[in-house]
Amino acid sequence: MRVIKADEITKVVKQLALDANHDIGESFIDLLRRKIKEEKSGIGRSVLEQIVENDEIARTENRPMCQDTGLIVCLVEVGYDVHIQGDLYEAINEGVRQAYDEGLLRKSVVKHPLKRENTNDNTPAITHVKLVSGDKIKITLAPKGGGSENMSLVKMLTPAEGIQDIKDLVLHTIFYAGGKPCPPLVVGIGIGGNLEKSALIAKEAIFREIDDVNPDPILDQLERELLQEINELGVGPMGFGGTTTALAVKINAYPCHIASLPVAINLQCHASRHKTEVI
Amino acid sequence: MYLTTPITQDDIKKMKAGDLVYITGTLYTARDRAHQKMVDAVNNQDELPFDFEGQIVYYTGPTPAKPNEPIGSCGPTSSYRMDPYALPLMKAGLKVMIGKGDRSDTFIEQMIDQKGVYLQAVGGAGALLQQKVISSEVVAYESLGAEAIRKLEVKEFPAVVTYDIYGGNMVKDEVKKYQKRTI
Repeated sequence: MRVIKADEITKVVKQLALDANHDIGESFIDLLRRKIKEEKSGIGRSVLEQIVENDEIARTENRPMCQDTGLIVCLVEVGYDVHIQGDLYEAINEGVRQAYDEGLLRKSVVKHPLKRENTNDNTPAITHVKLVSGDKIKITLAPKGGGSENMSLVKMLTPAEGIQDIKDLVLHTIFYAGGKPCPPLVVGIGIGGNLEKSALIAKEAIFREIDDVNPDPILDQLERELLQEINELGVGPMGFGGTTTALAVKINAYPCHIASLPVAINLQCHASRHKTEVI
Repeated sequence: MYLTTPITQDDIKKMKAGDLVYITGTLYTARDRAHQKMVDAVNNQDELPFDFEGQIVYYTGPTPAKPNEPIGSCGPTSSYRMDPYALPLMKAGLKVMIGKGDRSDTFIEQMIDQKGVYLQAVGGAGALLQQKVISSEVVAYESLGAEAIRKLEVKEFPAVVTYDIYGGNMVKDEVKKYQKRTI
């Protein structure tokens, strides 16, 4: 049994939160640069150029790329052979607290959804724990912005509805969201499971590598077709019109009830910030 | 187009949907909670946090400033959340709004009726827009933290006229040009 102290987890979470807010990563910026060349709209190109310039300033000057420094979502995989000395959830929250205080990040969490008083330290994080084999802890962290999260949804379709209805739901959602979720988007989709499982796998989908390939051929084809169809909607960068509305579509699936076809759509803005570390 | 605040009626008349403008002068920041408080002030005939005449409200909640800097990252937040508050504030004189994203048809009608104008800055460009701010000072509702009203002095702050007083709608016009698929 390997012992991992809560302090170690706090240290890692703090660093991941700072890095995620400041540095979107060279490969993502390269992808945006390629999109500038492909974008048909002049205004669209100018928006993409501003986003690239913004992301470069953020990473070179250690500034948050966006003022919405998000609600922290942590996907944590804990090995069966790990003993955590201390409280995992509190260790994560302490890392968030330190990052948001020392890193001058915006505190965007309210204590009660109806009373709406700020917690002033950006905690609590939303932490999802999965037990896996091994003696390590893997933490994937994302500061998730409110604008794109607000345009996300879960819909319980029925088995009589199928791929075309799923596509229509996705296209309708993205078209009517327009500029609000800050396109170009990464579109995370969860199909199957139940109400909460579909939402969780949609969230996990936006954490996938931007250029990975879905191992399921049906989902791979659906991802490709949807990406093309979304980019035919005309929404464009920041909804100013154009051909770059989504950068990627990522679909995760899970077994479900014979009566159900749950579909969750989790939109990720162009500040697609997530970082992973293994302890 | 280059504009200097305060914004006159003539300036508003000149702004057409799709125009790129660079604003120099003052912006007042406000988002959800500050809007609620401003509407309460209008309804209760209390003193307003600033004189609305000729001024611009910018929907943003910045990150804290680094030492010796006026402000942190300060890109626009989604404007539709401010739609329910917009009419009483426009009636009280606040005619120019900067944010991001589409707004409701109801808002657009009210805005045209009130001879207001809506502009967008690039959402998510918080670090870039930070560099356009020369100074920042909290002028109202300090306890709201990031949601307090700040008076910003900006130089050549870039924005696109999105809805104008003539019914022009940049979003509709531009999206139509690239839409190959109907919903």
